[in-house]
Amino acid sequence: MDNYTLGILMLAGINLVAVLGLSLLTGFTGLFSFGHAGFMAIGAYVGAFLTVSPARDIPGLGLPLVVGILGGGAAAGLVSWLVGRITLNLKGDYFCIATLGFGEATRLVFNNVQRFGGSRGWPLGATRDMGDIWIILAVDVVAILLVANLVRSRHGRNMIAIREEELASQVTGIDVFRYKMVSLVISAVLAGAAGVLLGNYLTFINPKIFNLTKSTELIIIVIFGGLGSISGSVLGALLLTALPEVLRFFEIWRLVFYGAAVILIMISRPQGLLGGMELTPSGIRKILAERRARLALRTEAAREASEGGAR
Amino acid sequence: MSGILEVRGLTKRFGGLAAVDNVSFSVREGGISGLIGPNGAGKTTIFNLITGVYKVTEGSVLFAGSEITDMEPFRIADRGITRTFQNIRLFKNLSVYENVLTACHMSAKYSIPEALFRLPRFVREEKALRAKAEDLLAIMGLTERRDVQANNLPYGLQRRLEIVRALALDPKLLLLDEPAAGMNPDETEQLMHLIAGIRERFKLTVLVIEHHMDLVMRLCESIVVLNFGQKLAEGTADEIRGDPRVVEAYLGSGGN
Repeated sequence: MDNYTLGILMLAGINLVAVLGLSLLTGFTGLFSFGHAGFMAIGAYVGAFLTVSPARDIPGLGLPLVVGILGGGAAAGLVSWLVGRITLNLKGDYFCIATLGFGEATRLVFNNVQRFGGSRGWPLGATRDMGDIWIILAVDVVAILLVANLVRSRHGRNMIAIREEELASQVTGIDVFRYKMVSLVISAVLAGAAGVLLGNYLTFINPKIFNLTKSTELIIIVIFGGLGSISGSVLGALLLTALPEVLRFFEIWRLVFYGAAVILIMISRPQGLLGGMELTPSGIRKILAERRARLALRTEAAREASEGGAR
Repeated sequence: MSGILEVRGLTKRFGGLAAVDNVSFSVREGGISGLIGPNGAGKTTIFNLITGVYKVTEGSVLFAGSEITDMEPFRIADRGITRTFQNIRLFKNLSVYENVLTACHMSAKYSIPEALFRLPRFVREEKALRAKAEDLLAIMGLTERRDVQANNLPYGLQRRLEIVRALALDPKLLLLDEPAAGMNPDETEQLMHLIAGIRERFKLTVLVIEHHMDLVMRLCESIVVLNFGQKLAEGTADEIRGDPRVVEAYLGSGGN
């Protein structure tokens, strides 16, 4: 594989880490966030601080990348907990607006912290190591497994219940606030880890990378892949990260085509590529069982109607 | 005599309007009680106050001897009170089985880390949850519809599923908000047997809001009548039927 293709794959893998978290928050718990680039920024900067060599112009601690990933994720998770305490009692759209504000505020804070390079950015030094694809893939696999395990447990089902019907969840004994919080913190940890990986890949970070466009890109991938589907998020991250590259042929028009392609697919398939479905053996069994059940219901209704007519 | 549920001087004001005004009553353990009254009498508001969905303005609610006034809804559910809604609130896009399985969650204790890493307790308890959900579906005659998406179910079965979901929490007290709304006489009759059967089988107390007088009179051992947020009468079906105030509230005063 040439380095260009490998680079796209690495970017897709990095996006996927953040998208998986957002998928849990938006696709399974039903909370829309337009501020996850903010959590990526926190991860990226904390990660850079932990990993950049002390000998650089803007020095760091020179610790290994894995420490950076864990530290960046933990820092983003901690901040999300604080943000959640204030905002998670807000209803639907208001939470969404609050996250938008958080994302932009975070970017502006880093714009003004000169210790980390401010708006000029922070050259992290080391040349890009294409071997890091293995680290990215490892983080992807771990994230997929953990999120998949979670959504197929009572805790994940409680999150889905909140998405489906919040009032009914409450009287079913579900601590809505707690599960929204868990979902938010996990999504922020993953966004933070993705931020560290992105900084490491770009070998340079500045606040502009983590603007509203980045947050929007993440949520578009989640919706495009299909709400409530992990395999959809994986597919969405791969396709939508590669799409702008494929469209380079159109030069300055490529983002117009990108937008048009997304609109077209959302019109023809509003539930997203794999909304509510999983491309796993048990997921496919479930789709088939539901289809059978629907057909059975329809034939039964038809029979009753014809019997009623005969009477 | 004190009951499993004690409502004392319960009041709820929305601005200047007292939707529920100083209402007290008691629900006997193991019985089926009815809460009736004309539209807007405050019946559903009382359910919302008991289950913590609304904050109480004045008064208190006691359940099994302890105060539950203004506790959070999920904690009240945890204590053993569950309910259904007047306008059905199922997890619409989930299958029948998933609706019930979700509601079984309180029978398992495994933590989030145990779920993330699929530790032994997760595996063991999850298996028990699934068995419990299947059992409930079988008892309540929904096994055949196990994989149907909840909002594709016929109306009567949606009501039934909502009751099954409530039962999945092993409640001590079940609140049913107009379970027969929109049902034909046949379905209403079936529902009546279902409610009576559930009470026997699951050893629970039932409090039901209902407009089908026939159902209420035949099913309920004691009845509380509300009108304009206040308690109008309380007693057995026969007492209520003969009470001139109740007749007046429902039919208006005669003469003009």
